[in-house]
Amino acid sequence: MKVLVAVKRVVDYNVKVRAKADGSDVDLNNVKMAINPFCEIAVEEAVRLKEAGVATEVIAVSVGEKSCQEQIRTAMALGADRGIQVETDAGVEPLVVAKLLKGVVDKEQPQLVILGKQSIDGDNNQTGQMLGALANMAQGTFASEVVVDGDKVNVTREVDGGLQTVSLNLPAIVTTDLRLNEPRYASLPNIMKAKKKQLDVYSPADLGVEVTSHLTQVKVEPPAERKAGVKVADVDELIDKLKNEAKVIS
Amino acid sequence: MDFQLSDEHKMIAETAYKLGESFGLEYWREMDAKKSFPKEIWQAICDAGLSGAALPEEYGGSDLGMFEMALIVENLSASGGGSTLGQLFMINPIFGGVTISKFGTDAMKRDMLPKLISGEMNTCMALTESNAGSNTLEIRSFAAQDGDGWLLNGEKIWITAVSDAQKMLVIARTKKIDEVTRRTDGLSMFMIDVDRKGLTHHSIDKLGTRTLSSETVFFEDVRIEPDELVGTLHGGWKELLDTLNTERIVTTAGLVGAGQLAIRLAVAYANEREVFGKTPIGAYQGLQFPLAQTHAEIECARLMNYKAAAQFDAGQPYSSEANAAKLIAAQAASMATERSMQTMGGMGYATESHVERLWRDARLFRFAPVSEEMILNFIAVHDLGMPRSY
Repeated sequence: MKVLVAVKRVVDYNVKVRAKADGSDVDLNNVKMAINPFCEIAVEEAVRLKEAGVATEVIAVSVGEKSCQEQIRTAMALGADRGIQVETDAGVEPLVVAKLLKGVVDKEQPQLVILGKQSIDGDNNQTGQMLGALANMAQGTFASEVVVDGDKVNVTREVDGGLQTVSLNLPAIVTTDLRLNEPRYASLPNIMKAKKKQLDVYSPADLGVEVTSHLTQVKVEPPAERKAGVKVADVDELIDKLKNEAKVIS
Repeated sequence: MDFQLSDEHKMIAETAYKLGESFGLEYWREMDAKKSFPKEIWQAICDAGLSGAALPEEYGGSDLGMFEMALIVENLSASGGGSTLGQLFMINPIFGGVTISKFGTDAMKRDMLPKLISGEMNTCMALTESNAGSNTLEIRSFAAQDGDGWLLNGEKIWITAVSDAQKMLVIARTKKIDEVTRRTDGLSMFMIDVDRKGLTHHSIDKLGTRTLSSETVFFEDVRIEPDELVGTLHGGWKELLDTLNTERIVTTAGLVGAGQLAIRLAVAYANEREVFGKTPIGAYQGLQFPLAQTHAEIECARLMNYKAAAQFDAGQPYSSEANAAKLIAAQAASMATERSMQTMGGMGYATESHVERLWRDARLFRFAPVSEEMILNFIAVHDLGMPRSY
């Protein structure tokens, strides 16, 4: 079974981001970039499927500038067999990424596509679902467990108030939640092996997709500063405030 | 000149940092309190293939160089280990690994290198004696010819991690110092078992680097077998220099990481801590400037160490660079840990803040593995062409 994993280059989660002075975007100058944590979980899951003998090949795909090859290499160092970069300098939005990934899906015909449920930069949480619609594939989102069973995949989803398990016919799409697995770090021999793995570069035109933006980013601003709290004299005052001011208990 | 790290270098650094982070500062605090060899993290380092970074591929290594080794040590140190992390890389990949891969017999390579790389075996190196520290050539331990092998007598001091090692690289005289015309003549290297008749060792209680024991070692008629000679009989000194000089690069990398870690802890504390009103103490220049100063020095030491490592890897002379980097790194790491503690005040004195361990550990490297004074002597004589004072 062939597994396609999407990986995105985002600001490292340890970085405290700042908005540009003109409010046009987040300032990415000299900022450490990394593989999106949810995508890392997706790679880990695919590699585990391969180690378990379920998957035969794991392909890591990323959409973006040349620099995103770094994240594809990381995915290959974690165990993906080969990589695909869809090269575009345009700031790509979920629908465009989904269309480009659809192009890759048509080319590669994977049985399973694993994506992060969202990326920590845009927090859109759309690409996996859009790809499901475009490729006409079943989808199991927010997965906390993935079990391939013959021509089906059982996906346990983290939903409000509990867990839901759905059974999907393959080929299918899975988006990962935080608790699906704990990603490994790449071992040195695997980092060196990744250097020699195949990485193909396609243009959007190669995949028959036109990159047109449908969204305009109006403004980026930092969240409001937290206001100072108040000290309460005793538990009674606290309960009173929670009831009557914050109105969080009744 | 290209200061960019390759994708592989970034990944190597990332792996080392993440691995260190997964153990964290509390792990080291506990090991330090127990004076226990950090075997869990060492095993994880070996499992990730990091111990074999610069060792030959055919024995399980990655055939990379000292530059990659420096990157690895620096990141493991910065993510929690501190300066003592460099010593872990000295005892196994350098004392054992570099020495055997360069000068060992094929049998030694086949037997020892895979075990060193996998973490199955630890080594230590017995060189220093109570009357031969900086003056290494004065060592008195003597291996007398005994049939086809040798009989070793003498004593060593400040030998790191003997209790946790299975093999010991011993440097001994095979010709008495008064029988040679050049003092560099008549030294030999042997790789012997730590557990051997006539070999005893005792731990020295000390200020820092407590996860690795420092020991005195006594040899009383210790038999050395013929196949335990490493390199050239009587010609060990020249060969030993490769081991000693690479040790310097690894030490510096540990110090650079420790400085970075101490500064990070200090900044995190200073930016939160408020004493008078609502201004965090981090806003006071009295606290800022010393941290900024040491940060600048750490960055310079890092660059100089990369240069030394890159030159070693390219087969070019690198002693001047390695020495300068080690001098500055040791002073800067000392200052960084000192100022970090000063920034935290009483909390910096408590073990729970971790900086006191970093402070104790970093102190060692002002005089080990080579003292500041000996480095300054070297720079004055070799780099500046001034007369030798001793």
